[in-house]
Amino acid sequence: MSDTKPITEIEEEIVDEFSLFDSWDEKYEYIIDMGKKLKPLDDVFKKDENKIKGCQSTVWMVSELQGDKVIYKAESDAVIVKGLVSMLIRVLSNHTPQEIIEAKLDFIDRIGMKQHLAQTRSNGLLSMVKQMKLDATVYLAQLSTKN
Amino acid sequence: MIETLEHTTFDVQAIRQQFPVLNRLVKGKPLVYFDNAATAQKPKVVIDALTEYYEKYNANIHRGIHSLAEEATAAYEATRDTVQQFINAQHREEIIFTRGVTESINLVAYTYGRTNLKSGDEVIISGMEHHSNIVPWQLVAEMTGAKLRVIPVDDNGELIMEEFYKLLSEKTKIVSIVHASNSLGTINPVKQIIDAAHKAGAVVLVDGAQSTVHLDIDVQELDCDFFAISSHKVYGPTGIGVLYGKKHLLEAMPPFMGGGEMIKDVSFEKTTWNDLPYKFEAGTPNIADTVALKAAIDFINSIGKTAARKHEDALLQYATAQLETVEGVRLIGRAKHKVSVASFVVEGVHPQDLGILLDNQGVAVRTGHHCTQPLMNRFGIPGTTRASFAMYNTKEEIDVMIAALNKAIRLLR
Ligand SMILES: Cc1ncc(COP(=O)(O)O)c(C=O)c1O
Repeated sequence: MSDTKPITEIEEEIVDEFSLFDSWDEKYEYIIDMGKKLKPLDDVFKKDENKIKGCQSTVWMVSELQGDKVIYKAESDAVIVKGLVSMLIRVLSNHTPQEIIEAKLDFIDRIGMKQHLAQTRSNGLLSMVKQMKLDATVYLAQLSTKN
Repeated sequence: MIETLEHTTFDVQAIRQQFPVLNRLVKGKPLVYFDNAATAQKPKVVIDALTEYYEKYNANIHRGIHSLAEEATAAYEATRDTVQQFINAQHREEIIFTRGVTESINLVAYTYGRTNLKSGDEVIISGMEHHSNIVPWQLVAEMTGAKLRVIPVDDNGELIMEEFYKLLSEKTKIVSIVHASNSLGTINPVKQIIDAAHKAGAVVLVDGAQSTVHLDIDVQELDCDFFAISSHKVYGPTGIGVLYGKKHLLEAMPPFMGGGEMIKDVSFEKTTWNDLPYKFEAGTPNIADTVALKAAIDFINSIGKTAARKHEDALLQYATAQLETVEGVRLIGRAKHKVSVASFVVEGVHPQDLGILLDNQGVAVRTGHHCTQPLMNRFGIPGTTRASFAMYNTKEEIDVMIAALNKAIRLLR
């Protein structure tokens, strides 16, 4: 229906963008910039049930099914986390549940942000990915009962 | 205050050379380690003591008659003597080895607390306690029906002592209080608290997790009933700590854990307990780390706490003054007496973002609630950024942090 690129292609784009940077400063500047640009989540969604656990900062995430595609929206009170989550949204949003579930997301490692997946970081990139995939799983079940 | 740093005879460069990890780079930058309140780095002598133990005389202690067992036992027990002198305990058997402050507090809560508390009794803690000095008491309060009372904290991060005196009553059985706050640095007037509590008939546990490395500890002068220490915060290994307890109290307490070492005779009809301190040291203990703890204490003694403290105080003053020059920075914790902990928030900036960006410059600080959520709630903040200083830190490192902080704030705003 829509002409969104495959997940792997978007991942590749991000890896390309990051390859321009040679310092950590530049990488984080870019992430912060993305964080600042992320559209704020409507206040009505900022409630406990939309909070993602396991984060030192607070992340709210909501999703919905539009046709056969999942749309994610999120916000955080920390800018770097917001930047990271905006990348995840850019990669995963507007894809089918099946595609989202299967996504390997190895771009995170390739742009040098793997440390944010570590449990110790407690800024919950891992929790975000889990939540996004969990939502996709629920939508997949909904879609299959419909068919 | 810069002068006090420069006029001291204390040779910080010589000290730095004794800490191998300080030579490493983080993200291509020299490591600036300001997370000392979480755990201190280890001098070479401590690392060597660990290796030497495993390479030369590893053996299970106390029961063996062979040479290695004798040497290992002697080294293990030598640490007990060193700790005894370090905190001036009257008897060596008043020194119980545990895994750290957390286990020491749990030991007291589950043995002394469980046998002495009954419904209606009260345990007083403070609003600046680490979770490890809150949760064990909540658990024991639930078991016994005792109540937890909390000394409030004022805006400067000091205990409101008038409120403490009001809370004290004949119902008070235990007062458990942090000597120096890990989140704010506040040094609490534990001597006054102990004297008042004793008059009310209560026993006092002092959480020495943060104070032991900075302050001179004399448990007899303090007259505390229990004192808890973590080795890893005094330049020693992780996984080992100390509970000091007054002998007559420890003798009256039931054991904490059952097993080998802690028994005199075992039969299915009746088992009798070993004497102090072994009654509280069930199973094969953490021999290697205990042995290396001695090296850590010897190291501190060789430098001298007074000299180290002078240096650390100067660092704290310098850091405080520098932080105040950074726009938007608000210091959390302005107590008159502090150990070298500088906690702060930056307006409009999340501590986590700061922590990540400081790490990019090689600066290790801690961000978050520091295991003191009730205290953070008291100040109406989710957490702080905390820089905590050790004897090997320098004024130049503080300059690096301030530069990194300014840069981070510029990016984040
Ligand atoms: C004040 C205070 N109490 C207790 C603890 C717990 O010590 P440990 O984790 O070594 O058992 C800490 C350590 O962070 C602390 O700072």
